Amino acid sequence: MSSVAVIDYGMGNLHSIAKALQHANPGITVHISADADIIENADRVVFPGVGAMRDCMHALHELNLIDVIKQTARDKPFLGICLGMQALLTDSEENGGIACINLFPGHVRRFADSIKDAQDQPLKIPHMGWNRVKQKPHPLWQDIPQDSRFYFVHSYFVTPDSEQASVATSDYPQPFTCAIAKDNVFAVQFHPEKSQTVGLQLLQNFLRWDGAA
Amino acid sequence: MSLAKRIIPCLDVDNGRVVKGVQFVDIRDAGDPVEIARRYDQEGADEITFLDITATHDNRDTIVHVVEQVASEVFIPLTVGGGIRVLDDIRRMLNAGADKVGINSAAVFRPEFVQEAADKFGSQCIVVAIDAKKVSQDGEENRWEIFTHGGRKPTGINAVEWAVKMKAFGAGEILLTSMDRDGTKSGFDLALTRAISEAVNIPVIASGGVGNLDHLADGIIEGKADAVLAASIFHFGEYTIEQAKRHMQSRGIEVRL
Repeated sequence: MSSVAVIDYGMGNLHSIAKALQHANPGITVHISADADIIENADRVVFPGVGAMRDCMHALHELNLIDVIKQTARDKPFLGICLGMQALLTDSEENGGIACINLFPGHVRRFADSIKDAQDQPLKIPHMGWNRVKQKPHPLWQDIPQDSRFYFVHSYFVTPDSEQASVATSDYPQPFTCAIAKDNVFAVQFHPEKSQTVGLQLLQNFLRWDGAA
Repeated sequence: MSLAKRIIPCLDVDNGRVVKGVQFVDIRDAGDPVEIARRYDQEGADEITFLDITATHDNRDTIVHVVEQVASEVFIPLTVGGGIRVLDDIRRMLNAGADKVGINSAAVFRPEFVQEAADKFGSQCIVVAIDAKKVSQDGEENRWEIFTHGGRKPTGINAVEWAVKMKAFGAGEILLTSMDRDGTKSGFDLALTRAISEAVNIPVIASGGVGNLDHLADGIIEGKADAVLAASIFHFGEYTIEQAKRHMQSRGIEVRL
């Protein structure tokens, strides 16, 4: 039976993700775990997270999870979500500057406080709610209509150095990268586990993805 | 702009059962929060809020079971408010599958609780619920105060200043209820909504007083709210959430359809 490990480092709604994965494919086994052996032995890995980057990186170091993240991101279908996406970049400007895992060269930046919409109304931070996602070709978008809305809640966004790494953008109000991919790694800023039908479709696609781009 | 304004139906839950009556002709058990949540999800609700009004502490576990069940089959954001007083209450709700918790009177009694909660769980899951009532007289400059105990007890706290303080303490969102309008079906207190929404740069959910679909659109357009919350207009099948969204769209508001 196919299995997926959800990395548990005390940051976020692991239960929501586990429930959504199970719903997307009732046949799989979901392990919520901080145990490197269990994560390494799973067929697929989900790296979730909400909260602040300093706490995130601190917890990953404390629990000795950096190596297993780097290892599994090399050889298994790997899905980063929200903070679990941002942590894959080189560094984040949150909490005064935090070094991250650096699987994707680039930086994590904050939305400017002064951003405004087309009517000159100030935009709220966090960027919270359902926004359109403009896809670029990737197998994980299969059966998801272009410009579908996904649920976001975040104040920081990724800016990968490589333009090829970006596989989707969203506007707030300027376009920002909301999904990145490289080989067997795919990571999203939004929450597929909270994005109803299209979110479950993305998880279903991930659960049958062999990791080929 | 492509971020949609949100519509959030709210369910009052007492001992695990939805109260204040829900009347859908095609729902078998009108008191079952799971069945109602499923229905709202299908209609296109952007989030669902549960307000636990269970009076006795012993029966608080029932809301945890409700959230667990709903979270197993409804995959949109879920917020739980009512009775959130200590960090462990928040942990239990998040573990059950809630995405956000609403903190109301516990914040008034001890504002630092909001700070501790945001530090521990992140601002994204901390919604501060504000119950406000107008205290200025006609002709005076508008002034609203925070009330507790279902609008019965004044606190002397200025509502706009309170919202600013709660944002500074780490609130990720404000759920703003006008106690003057709640239950009246005469529309949101738009001046209040606008005053709060312009005072803080976190999202504001307008609540209290919705009686028709124009009220929802007014809350966004005139009240500058980021989301609108309503209970009875959806519960009694007067309008579906999809109708509400189409109406908002017809008034130029971006919605998720």
